[in-house]
Amino acid sequence: MKQPLHPLLIAFAVVVFFFLVAPLVIILGAAVSDTTFLTFPPRGISGRWFVKVFEMAAFRRTIVTSLQIAFLATGFALLIGLPAAYALNRFRIQLPHWLSTVFVLPILVPEIVLGFSLLKSVQVAADLPVFSTLVIGHTLIVLPYAVRVISASLSAFDFSMEEAAVSLGSPPLKTFFTIVLPNVRSAVIAAFILAFITSINDVSVSLFLTGPGVSTLPIQILAHVEQFFDPVIASVSVLLMLLTVGVMAVVELTLGLTFLAK
Amino acid sequence: MTEPLTIEDLSAHYGKVQVLEDFSLQIAAGELVSLLGASGCGKTTTLRLIAGFLEPTSGRIRLGDQDLTRLPAHRRNIGLVFQNYALFPHLTVAENVGFGLKQRGIGGAERAARVAAMLERVELTDLASRLPGALSGGQRQRVALARALVIEPPLLMFDEPLSNLDAKLRVGMRAEIRQMQRANGTTSVFVTHDQEEAFSISDRVAIMQAGRIMQFDTPETLYQRPANAFVARFVGFENLIPMRVVAREGESVEAEAEGGARLSLSQAEYGAIPDAFVLGARAEGLLVLPPEAPGLPATLGLRSYLGRAYQYLCATPAGPLTAQGPLGAPQMPAAAARLQPLAAQCCILAPE
Ligand SMILES: Nc1ncnc2c1ncn2[C@@H]1O[C@H](COP(=O)(O)OP(=O)(O)OP(=O)(O)O)[C@@H](O)[C@H]1O
Ligand SMILES: [Mg+2]
Repeated sequence: MKQPLHPLLIAFAVVVFFFLVAPLVIILGAAVSDTTFLTFPPRGISGRWFVKVFEMAAFRRTIVTSLQIAFLATGFALLIGLPAAYALNRFRIQLPHWLSTVFVLPILVPEIVLGFSLLKSVQVAADLPVFSTLVIGHTLIVLPYAVRVISASLSAFDFSMEEAAVSLGSPPLKTFFTIVLPNVRSAVIAAFILAFITSINDVSVSLFLTGPGVSTLPIQILAHVEQFFDPVIASVSVLLMLLTVGVMAVVELTLGLTFLAK
Repeated sequence: MTEPLTIEDLSAHYGKVQVLEDFSLQIAAGELVSLLGASGCGKTTTLRLIAGFLEPTSGRIRLGDQDLTRLPAHRRNIGLVFQNYALFPHLTVAENVGFGLKQRGIGGAERAARVAAMLERVELTDLASRLPGALSGGQRQRVALARALVIEPPLLMFDEPLSNLDAKLRVGMRAEIRQMQRANGTTSVFVTHDQEEAFSISDRVAIMQAGRIMQFDTPETLYQRPANAFVARFVGFENLIPMRVVAREGESVEAEAEGGARLSLSQAEYGAIPDAFVLGARAEGLLVLPPEAPGLPATLGLRSYLGRAYQYLCATPAGPLTAQGPLGAPQMPAAAARLQPLAAQCCILAPE
């Protein structure tokens, strides 16, 4: 038997849905508009603004940079976050309570401030190249997500399984990969996706850290908007969305499938 | 393949809390020994020390002539069965059972054959390709048992393996564990806080309190001849009456309880009686007699029918006691009576 939905509930759902989807529709519409200015609904249909994006060297370059930074930052965040989340849960009783909070601190600090302090301390003081500073900055802002998501999954993990494996002759490190990791697989995938999206969309930290010759896609979009008001912005936004969705799909498929095939 | 386990003066602590102190235990090859004690007395800690998940501050653990004390856990070759089973949820039943063999580099056909033989023994052949999530509690327990047994370890350890099963299954699994252990002759340590379980499954039982062994003996000896008041209370001696000797005449001893009541006891029946002692008696070891008879004077209280006898709560100058009287003569509450200990069901203990 189906329970009838209250009309108000339906109305509410429709409104929420509209607010979530409307911006996507508007951007998609604006991106295919056959005009030289941003407009919605589109007047005429054309793909030329997508072509234009790739004709502009600045966009081509920043797309690549953004992808590189997102992959590196996400990779580092997982490399640090996975062992950190493991230790926080495995040795919870021995460790002080405040330690798990340390790993969420970067979320609490306004990103603008984080970017500024990184600029001051890492880029200027330590004299690191722009690209490295960007990777460090992005690693910092995505690390809390990695730790949080994996930690949530590990908090439900029964560590006596690990002891069972060790008692059966599996060395501790090997046990981590054969017993612990497969059981937090979906959390690692979720952390990857969340971290990747956060990095590739980041503006505030990147704003401070981009420098001569090195910029990220969102910063390039910002720079473009300051001068022009053409549908290139909409097209590049659509591309950014597609890129994100694409990475998510690839991660889900490869990581998901290889883990399943074991 | 079967080895004796020797634990010498083991001490361990969590942080600043001392959990085990100078703990010693000798288990013969092929013997099944239970650690029995109240929650928090250190049973699991003892197992974790033997398994190598916890480092002792001092003491030694030897299995046969091998010193385990500093050996990493994964090289100790001990079969462990956990209270919550700790099965690997992402591996099938067969993969769970084969896990230990895989670690030992036993591959392909031999592994498959040994896993199949073990699954057959625990009657799980049909479920070989299931994931643990799709098994009942009893089936999970069997998988856990098979996983520990298949590596043919010289030592098996069980941490309250039956406490998550219902009463009927528990008794069945208990017999199964005992049979397999006998058949393989594997030295075993079994942890439980259920006295009946410990007594029914073990060759010997170590009764523990606060990280120390209070008595280590066969179930029969523990039940009949507890070594101290703690063990006596644990195995069901309801009445512990502190007494002191006031007169001796040959084998006969005149002893006085608190409140002045006297009993005459024969050392021929009770064995040597020291000047100060505690008389331990189960309810059935304290007989309700008419007020003219010799014994501790008492006023009868609540009466309950036990089938083979009546049991009485009694008020005495030495405190409240529990005694039994014959079915033929039910006594009224508030009646005066005498309580006479029956030597065969009593014991003489050192004062606490
Ligand atoms: N990780 C730990 N950190 C600190 N104290 C602990 C830890 N594990 C156990 N303890 C303490 O050590 C003592 C012994 O614990 P243990 O787990 O050995 O008891 P147990 O006899 O197995 O009890 P139970 O029957 O409840 O399982 C307890 O007082 C317990 O509070
Ligand atoms: Mg325990």
